[in-house]
Amino acid sequence: MDVPAPVLRMSGIGKQFPGVRALDGVDLRLLPGEVHALMGENGAGKSTLIKVLTGVHPADSGTIELAGRTVSFAGPLEAQQAGISTVYQEVNLCANLSVAENIFIGREPRRRGRIDWKRMRARAAELLERLELDVDVSAPLSSYSLALQQMVAIARAIDVEARVLILDEPTSSLDAGEVRQLFRVMRRLKEEGIAILFVSHFLDQIYEISDRMTILRNGRLVGEYLTRELSQVALVAKMIGQELAELERLHGEARTFDRPLVEARELGRTGAVEPFSLTIHEGEVVGLAGLLGSGRTEIARLLFGADHATSGEVAVGGAPAALRTPRAAMARRIAFCSENRKRDGLIPDLTVRENIVLALQATRGWTRPVPRDQQDELVGRYVKALKISPANPDHLVRDLSGGNQQKVLLARWLILEPRLLILDEPTRGIDVGAKAEIQRLVAELSDGGMAVLFISAELEEVLRLSHRVGVLRDRRLVADLPNDDTLTTDTLMETIASGGRA
Amino acid sequence: MTTAILDRLGARGRSVPAKYVPVLVTAGLFVAMFVAGGIRYEGFATGQVVLNVFIDNAFLLVVAVGMTFVILTGGIDLSVGSVVALSTMISASLMAGPGWPPYLVVPLVLLIGSALGLVMGYIVHAFDIQPFIVTLAGMFLARGLCYTIGTDSIPIEDPTFTAFAQTRIDLFADLWISPSVVIAVVVVLVAAYVLHYTRLGRTVYATGGSEQSALLMGLPVGRTKVAVYTISGFCSALGGVLLSFYMLSGYGLHAVGMELDAIAAVVIGGTLLTGGSGFLLGTVLGVLVLGLIQTVLSFEGTLSSWWTKIFIGLLLFVFILLQRLFSARRRI
Repeated sequence: MDVPAPVLRMSGIGKQFPGVRALDGVDLRLLPGEVHALMGENGAGKSTLIKVLTGVHPADSGTIELAGRTVSFAGPLEAQQAGISTVYQEVNLCANLSVAENIFIGREPRRRGRIDWKRMRARAAELLERLELDVDVSAPLSSYSLALQQMVAIARAIDVEARVLILDEPTSSLDAGEVRQLFRVMRRLKEEGIAILFVSHFLDQIYEISDRMTILRNGRLVGEYLTRELSQVALVAKMIGQELAELERLHGEARTFDRPLVEARELGRTGAVEPFSLTIHEGEVVGLAGLLGSGRTEIARLLFGADHATSGEVAVGGAPAALRTPRAAMARRIAFCSENRKRDGLIPDLTVRENIVLALQATRGWTRPVPRDQQDELVGRYVKALKISPANPDHLVRDLSGGNQQKVLLARWLILEPRLLILDEPTRGIDVGAKAEIQRLVAELSDGGMAVLFISAELEEVLRLSHRVGVLRDRRLVADLPNDDTLTTDTLMETIASGGRA
Repeated sequence: MTTAILDRLGARGRSVPAKYVPVLVTAGLFVAMFVAGGIRYEGFATGQVVLNVFIDNAFLLVVAVGMTFVILTGGIDLSVGSVVALSTMISASLMAGPGWPPYLVVPLVLLIGSALGLVMGYIVHAFDIQPFIVTLAGMFLARGLCYTIGTDSIPIEDPTFTAFAQTRIDLFADLWISPSVVIAVVVVLVAAYVLHYTRLGRTVYATGGSEQSALLMGLPVGRTKVAVYTISGFCSALGGVLLSFYMLSGYGLHAVGMELDAIAAVVIGGTLLTGGSGFLLGTVLGVLVLGLIQTVLSFEGTLSSWWTKIFIGLLLFVFILLQRLFSARRRI
């Protein structure tokens, strides 16, 4: 088959961080007019490779060739000027400025030193039209959805005669319709001959949009493949380096649960979730399914005391309990891993050890510090058990990949040995391998007698793990279904759609 | 062709975009105060009353312009009051002692103020230190330097300087302003142009909106931060020169607490303390509101001047709450 000359070629890239070999002899080539997926687990080196390419980190070894010429960039700005633009997962634009300004700031059209606002708006409108977007370019960026902001970021990236466009997990916070819109834009750019490097954790999206993929594992190159020639199973196997163990039946024998741990009776909060009754037994995994905003997180927050209930009551272990604050919930050994690990959970500037010990310390009170050797022992045990990598407790959490951060958060609550562990979207935005590990961990914990309330947008995951599934719709718990052989994702989806009336 | 028409239609559709609301509120407040004063006091509702507010607060206006730049980037400059005092002190001592001419002294003073701002901006940027603490240090430093020059008030008797200070520029119908007002208005116009029609100005807004994003968009954030503190230093020095015109003296105790007046004016003018949102026109209105409060109190006659502080305090509370509500609504 005839392959055009690659517009970008990285060969033998190596990068060493203190204590970690992040990249080792990695090759990557991008062909014009192709979407190239960069695949790998968290910590496999995808982000590092992108950072080396865009000049955020200098490479220790290897060469980068852009259109046949060897280049090395001192920073993202230089890379951008050479035609390599990056759009990050978080929209890195200024929401207080107008759409047009966000596209052009730093290179505004000027007339005699004065910014030519009229021409800027006209050109912005033209550019967005090219992406088939209908946007008022003089409105502030903050008045548009995240997806549109993402598109504006892409418009900014391609305005500078981009030859290479890097999309680093652009879809993780978009809904299905917005992803379709993004893909339409990507196909259009592809037709214009731009090489696109695409990073995503959603395998379906990779298979829908990409032509070719490069797989990394532990900082090494696994290989480059044509997407249509590599099956999903084979891809996952290459990413995690082993055949994905059968995950279908995570739980052993069917068990009966007869010891209620937490009972919520007509618990509700005006405006957040309608009164619901839910019983969670010891050793039971209860899944919560429902659309985004259907009240899943609100239930979790009520059970953890993060919000005040306006009606109903909770009993823990048979005795009524007033869960007015998270501290009260923690005293009854209820733990809550929040959905937004960056905002509500982890403190990025503290080390792994400090983050893990935080909750334990909080339950003891600040006057009784946890002895250092006890800290080391506990942290060491959980770093090992959860396979947190790098396995260095003094590493800053900020530098960890998403999956590993999630594990740190889990470890924090696990050392409290909770009786009820509430997990809100624990596997969102992390890769297949780490996901499987966290799922397996949940199954093990429940086998050990811990009750788990598991919230996830992925119905398959909920089904695989839960003994029972609560279905939410429009801030109401509409069904409480035992997870037996008859329950499938289809029935779950039907329940969500019909509101449990069928 | 069509885009031009669309542009115009768009402009009409955006008759009152959310970002102009705080400025309009301040403008409304100013008008309301002026009308209320006019009804209550004899001889209040004249043009000269407004012009007097300008004349009495020209220095504050200039200082507040510099402060607006800093606050728009999300920073703060606490040193402005001290730099104003230092400027009056240097001007007065150089003219009184060695008898330097004003056209040498004034540029020197402006240079010193800018240099102080530059150094503070550089420290903020290069060492990534909170502007609050850096400019607090600058505040003590500049105030202390005043007393190394002298502990007493130094009168300014230079004939050119005093002549300029006492000039009255007659407008139509008995109205007049001082040269300081002209300078202040020029400063405001130049600053507004810089903020809205130059890359520096837009980078100021971008930095205030999100410093991280501005960096990733390849904007010269560091240079801009240094620039705004330099601008603020320059404006403080110029404010000091205008205050020397007004007071005709240099004194280490001049402009005590002026940094807080400037911050109050900027905030009342609708600029968000977190940066990225606000207009110079708002700052002008903020200074006018503060000045008008003093005028109202002087017309009232019986109230002590401390009531100014009480009213400014209350106003600040109200405006900060307004900002809070405003930004909360925008987040949805």
